[in-house]
Amino acid sequence: MLKTFLIGIKDLRLAFRDRAALILMLAAPFVLTLGLGLVTGRFSSNNNSGLSDIPVIIVNLDNEQLGDALTDVFTSEELANLMEPAIGSDPEAARKSIDEDEAAAVVIIPEGFTRSIIPQQGDFNNPAETVKIEVYANPSRPTGAGIVKAIVDEFLSRVNEGSLSGSVSILQLMLSGRITPQQAEAAGLAMTEQLQTNPTDSALAITINSSTANGEEVKFDILAYLAPGMALMFLMYTVSYGGRSILAEKTQGTLPRLLVSPTSSTQILGGKVFGIFLTGAAQMLILIGASSLFFQLKWGDPIGVVILVLAAVFGATGWGMFITAMARTPAQVASVGSAIMLIFGIMGGSFISLDQMPPAIQTFSKITPNAWALDGFTTLALGGTLTNLSTPITALLSMGMILFLVSVVLFGKKNLVQK
Amino acid sequence: MTNILEVQNLVKNYGDFQAVKGVSFNIEEGEIFSLLGPNGAGKTTTISMLSTLYTPTSGDAVVGGHSVTKDPMAVRGVIGVVPQDLALYEDLTARENLIFWGQMYNLSGKSLNIRVDEVLEQIGLTDKAKNRVKTFSGGMKRRVNIGVGLLHKPRLLFMDEPTVGIDPQSRRAILDTVKDLNKQGMTLLYTTHYMEEAEELSNRVGIIDHGELIAIGTQKELTQQVGQAETLVLHVSENDDSEALAKSLKGIQGVQQAEAVDHEVSIVCAEAEDVLAAVVTKANERGIKIRSIDIREPNLEAVFLHLTGRALRD
Repeated sequence: MLKTFLIGIKDLRLAFRDRAALILMLAAPFVLTLGLGLVTGRFSSNNNSGLSDIPVIIVNLDNEQLGDALTDVFTSEELANLMEPAIGSDPEAARKSIDEDEAAAVVIIPEGFTRSIIPQQGDFNNPAETVKIEVYANPSRPTGAGIVKAIVDEFLSRVNEGSLSGSVSILQLMLSGRITPQQAEAAGLAMTEQLQTNPTDSALAITINSSTANGEEVKFDILAYLAPGMALMFLMYTVSYGGRSILAEKTQGTLPRLLVSPTSSTQILGGKVFGIFLTGAAQMLILIGASSLFFQLKWGDPIGVVILVLAAVFGATGWGMFITAMARTPAQVASVGSAIMLIFGIMGGSFISLDQMPPAIQTFSKITPNAWALDGFTTLALGGTLTNLSTPITALLSMGMILFLVSVVLFGKKNLVQK
Repeated sequence: MTNILEVQNLVKNYGDFQAVKGVSFNIEEGEIFSLLGPNGAGKTTTISMLSTLYTPTSGDAVVGGHSVTKDPMAVRGVIGVVPQDLALYEDLTARENLIFWGQMYNLSGKSLNIRVDEVLEQIGLTDKAKNRVKTFSGGMKRRVNIGVGLLHKPRLLFMDEPTVGIDPQSRRAILDTVKDLNKQGMTLLYTTHYMEEAEELSNRVGIIDHGELIAIGTQKELTQQVGQAETLVLHVSENDDSEALAKSLKGIQGVQQAEAVDHEVSIVCAEAEDVLAAVVTKANERGIKIRSIDIREPNLEAVFLHLTGRALRD
């Protein structure tokens, strides 16, 4: 155990003495975050949020409970700083405004939206057609459009939950014999009436956590998305750099020398993995510290941040090991590692919000530590705590564990030393 | 004297290729034993098996009472290894390298620091201890490479061609270090393809070629195998065909062996004076200009030539 620790510390020291590695581990993500912050206007005003007054046009053709509820969300006090809503009536005119770059997005709530979700009397035998809300996004304002889409998605998710729970409740009542099939419609209508009396109750309303446990107001800061995005992308460089060092030790003769010392293979491999983990964690924590210091970026709950960093580095370390186990030479690890860094950076949402991506890429992103960790960092930046991070942390730890086990099997087959 | 190393019929195969073919020998405690052979003879593979890096295909070796195949971890505590190629972390200082490797050999705390200071003094790098290894000359790196192998005061030190590719001054320093270590009681297994090093350092020499140990003994015992033969060495011009000359010399009465390496032709014969005139005549006939002639007493080079029909540097 002690030797594993000592090998890890030695690798950490070596990584931080390599100038080229330092540039890519620390300087590059920091400078890119700074650059993207400048592009997004994060540093151009006194507003700490970096994103505010996103112009959005709401066209409510539904004019019933749910359409009105969604309109209310965008015009609510909670989103007053973030959104600058305008109410429109003509979908074509609204789309034209977007084409002329006058707003970030248009939300078109179609006629019959409420009826497609909450059936009216007589609809049980002739259910209304499903209609979809359209978000017409401005491609030149991806971040603002992404936030609008995220709000609509959250609203629809809540609506679906309410609709599904209503259906399930009716089914349960029928199965338990409490109501007959003939009574189902009446029971459904009763539930609908209850919904209609208070359409913005907790089952349907958007709830945005706008304050911390201490009562401090939380505003969404675009850097809270960009900074972890860049840090996570270059974390993939760090783990492939660490993985490369396993094969480099073989070519530079230090691995055979370790193997003829009274140190077991398990201690050596464990030490190398620990070194990658330590280096990645140090990189992330330095970047978080630097962005907090220089950009006044609030990452959120410190305990949550630390645990999420460790989980993200663990998941990424698994990838570093896997790339190394598949490669034959340090140069192969470097080239494959660089490619994966970029692919995961793009697919994992480091540059463009995953909400803007096609569904296939959103699915693919689940194999990247970037996507899960970004999800967690965004949650923390919006006021979430460790308790809200169970899904990303579980995913990252599982990812790391599976990749580590696969890598150990591959390393066993490879035999790093024997000619 | 007790044997610190007993090698029993050691074999190493790589697929169809047999790199080491049933090598057996012993090393007594306190001696310097050299494995002498050309590049590719199997010296490094043999040391790699004895140091537990490679698993033998068959056979075994017992180091300090421990089998390399059955108890490799115990063997590693007895031996020190100085590999042929540098095996150091160039971005660490000399001292940091020694500290790290000392820790890998279970040294720690004050005793580690004291031992590192001793080794730095022994390799003459105390004043460079805080410099990164990558700033060192080749010779200085070699000295650190040796220092790492000495940290835990091994009973048996394996040195695999430690003087390859360094300047004469550093080579001299390393050879002196080897002799000093032996005087302090350390047993050494030293591999080399330099006959002069084996002659200067060794109590006994094993000559290895194509994976086989073809001769073993003291220098005197080995040269006796050649008989009283002498070696006549002709230095010829760069433009002349030394190989053709060597072939033609084999026909001269009294010439036992004739081999060309670079621009030298080595002729093994009973009495150099008896064949000298015929050799010079043959060279003149072929239009080859002899620049100088050396007559050498029997040595390990001659033994190798006698046993294999080839020069050691082939």
